[in-house]
Amino acid sequence: MPFRFTRIPGVDGKVLVTSEVGEFEFLDETDFRGFAAGTLSPATDAYADLQGKHFLVEGDPSTTLRMVAAKYRTRKSFLKGGPALHVFVVTLRCDHSCRYCQVSRQTADQARFDMSVETAAAAIDLMFQTPSPSLTVEFQGGEPLLAFARIQQIVEAIEERNRVEGRAITFSMTSTLHQADGEVLEFLRRHDFQLSTSLDGPETLHDANRPRPGRESHRRTLEGIGRVREALGERSLTALTTLTRESLKHPEAIVDEYVRLGFPSIFLRPLSPFGFAAKAAQRIGYGMEEFLPFYERALAYILELNRKGVAIQEAYTGFLLSHILTPFPTGYVDLRSPTGAGLGARVYNYDGDVYASDEGRMLAEMGDHSLRLGTVHDSHADLMNSEGMQLLLATGVAEALPGCSDCAFLPYCGADPVFNLAREGDPVGHRPTNAHCVKHTGLFRILFRYLAEADPHVVRTFTSWVTQRPVRRLPDAEAA
Amino acid sequence: MLPLHTRAVISGALSRQLLKVLDLAEALRGDVPHEQVAVHLDDGIDVDTGVLRDLRFAAVMRPGATDRRPDDVLPVICGLSNTDVVNPGDVIRVRQDSGQLSVLYRRGANANSLFLTVQCNSRCLMCSQPPRDEDDLWRVRELLDLIPLIDRDLPQLGFTGGEPTLLGPLLPELIRSCKAALPWTGLHILTNGRNFADPAVADSVHDAAGFATWAIPLYADVPSRHDHVVQAAGAFDATVNGIYNLAERGHAIEIRFVVHAQTLPRMQHFAEFIWRNMPFVSHVAFMGLEPMGFAKVNRDLLWVDPVDYGPALAEAAWHLQDRGITTSIYNVPLCVLPKAAWPLARQSISDWKNVYDPACEGCSMRPRCCGFFASHGPAWRSRGIRAFRFDEAAE
Ligand code: SF4
Ligand code: SF4
Repeated sequence: MPFRFTRIPGVDGKVLVTSEVGEFEFLDETDFRGFAAGTLSPATDAYADLQGKHFLVEGDPSTTLRMVAAKYRTRKSFLKGGPALHVFVVTLRCDHSCRYCQVSRQTADQARFDMSVETAAAAIDLMFQTPSPSLTVEFQGGEPLLAFARIQQIVEAIEERNRVEGRAITFSMTSTLHQADGEVLEFLRRHDFQLSTSLDGPETLHDANRPRPGRESHRRTLEGIGRVREALGERSLTALTTLTRESLKHPEAIVDEYVRLGFPSIFLRPLSPFGFAAKAAQRIGYGMEEFLPFYERALAYILELNRKGVAIQEAYTGFLLSHILTPFPTGYVDLRSPTGAGLGARVYNYDGDVYASDEGRMLAEMGDHSLRLGTVHDSHADLMNSEGMQLLLATGVAEALPGCSDCAFLPYCGADPVFNLAREGDPVGHRPTNAHCVKHTGLFRILFRYLAEADPHVVRTFTSWVTQRPVRRLPDAEAA
Repeated sequence: MLPLHTRAVISGALSRQLLKVLDLAEALRGDVPHEQVAVHLDDGIDVDTGVLRDLRFAAVMRPGATDRRPDDVLPVICGLSNTDVVNPGDVIRVRQDSGQLSVLYRRGANANSLFLTVQCNSRCLMCSQPPRDEDDLWRVRELLDLIPLIDRDLPQLGFTGGEPTLLGPLLPELIRSCKAALPWTGLHILTNGRNFADPAVADSVHDAAGFATWAIPLYADVPSRHDHVVQAAGAFDATVNGIYNLAERGHAIEIRFVVHAQTLPRMQHFAEFIWRNMPFVSHVAFMGLEPMGFAKVNRDLLWVDPVDYGPALAEAAWHLQDRGITTSIYNVPLCVLPKAAWPLARQSISDWKNVYDPACEGCSMRPRCCGFFASHGPAWRSRGIRAFRFDEAAE
């Protein structure tokens, strides 16, 4: 059967082979050569291991192919149903002026940067034209809570319509939470919102990253977190970390801040090349070769904390490990092949334009409109047939991209034409210098090195991240 | 362990062999047609059997009495050599000629199974119920009479054999009969699954979807080893296709894995194989060897002291349980399992399997332990058997 392979730095004498459907095996050099040459003896364990994982087939292959097909269908099942994540950019207004902000902010009082009632109604209609049985409605901005009245109206209209539609609907919102108080909280609680907020680490770091008149963003964010947890419960809130050049010096302090505040999960996100972030790149930006050592240190620290009994996980690692260790896709739309842009997610901008992804909208703010699929007055079919979609489909399948098509990490990775377009002006991208690829090659090497080492505690911690169950204690330690 | 057979004195001609035994109060409730009921009368109770005859009951049972009473006008079953064998609620078969009385369904037993056939198309090395090639369709006919007499509040009913799909259209008929008579009873059907590789066979049992769990053994992640264990070429492929065909048609599947020397080398890989290829299964059962049938003959090919595979078994079972697939361990005594595996260890599903050793005397874990097959001599005895003191077990 077809396979891809690579050698992992730090894993000596072993070759990692992966299959189209995401099975993997570490082989000794000799076994690997035998396997590649077709001379591996059927009496060896390696032969049985490869056969059990469908790297090799004996005789009639139809049963094996049936299992492989099932695994492929399962892995790509996110394609069924079309876009499930629908982002409503209800306003561009914001009261922050973050140094790396991905959105072109506007000062807080310009109502013409709010989504109109008509636009919202048309967007809701478009959303219900997608066949997906479960829908996530995400509110973004700007600071979405500055247009709270519009959010209310949209939520109520969707719930009204859903009485007939009967989809499983989740509401979510990214917000600084500064405006989240009494009435707002009560509303969010009633509609079971999943909230995420930005928390860049300890106070000094956070406030340096997120200037605000009065320099009190961290304090106000913490107060918001407290109010939300009290009103909606612990589970309803996650936080995202945006990493500036300064952040890279403090992996432990950032993780500690999350632990201190009782978050079970931290999402370490390198800066993205969009919006203001691209312009400010010289000052606050950095290359992936600087991010990766940071990540490696942060992950080692997180694993150490887990070993001591502190349950904290890194969210992005969780997605990557799910791709590696389970037969299932995740709900995460930003690392998929075919790309999640337009296929898994869709963005309704305040002005009625529809984009394939949030980053596509930011590209437009920067003057590149290639990922504008149309407007809220088009039909679902129009949008899916738009030039923007054609471009994404032509360049968003990693299996068909130069470099990716031979990469051992392909089954776990994804295509990101939007990112490539922003960074390189070309949606295909040039793999050897491509930041998306440098980042993921680096991350996968780190994770596969851990998997090859197979430290029992690390394996159990990783398992708990992909199954969302508590870490199981070692059997040996308590054997009778 | 209560036997299933005894002898009785039968006086009067029974109109049917299969009878539901009910005490008077329940018999009069009329849930079971009177013609199929033997009214169970304790010694002290004085009842005019003429009235019972007018109510069209089939017989009376006086377990302890030596003979019929002079005024009895119904057939009487009495003089049981072991009066404990039959209790109200049971369904019995009475052979008029020989006086043999067999319990086919026992109310309150922790597992009830129907034995469908002695025939099989595999020859597993460790088969506890060695198949025979004989025409035994009479069993199905009897079961079709028995099923309506089973208590409707029974939570689960097993089908065992032999290989039930060899019954052809009679298997769907049995399933339909259960569904009609016992709509609230879940079926648990043992099959090697091979015949379901034929989509037409998988189609034929559509009544079982949502109603039955198909318990299907798979002994490896690679065909050669599974085929060797079941002594049938091509069995692995057929079983895998059978499982997929059933799953695609909405059936619930349980996978069974018997741990012994021939399956142990692939056990860990088997767990990952299930997770990757069949994460839809509802239950995985790991089972210790039962020293019966072919297993006794093949003892030297199969035996591994469970104390030596305990840690590996714990790892394989938790591999699946951790991933959200309900997993159980049966037939392995607690004292030979690492404590980490205890939460997954179940007491055996059938009463007759819980047997203990003299060494178990005073063991504080006995109430939770499946015990082991003590009667089979030192060749089947783990060197790990030892009683737990109370404080040890409480840890
Ligand atoms: S982006 Fe890089 S790491 Fe990802 S599949 Fe392509 S070549 Fe591999
Ligand atoms: S001594 Fe007997 S009862 Fe106790 S754990 Fe062992 S087998 Fe079970």
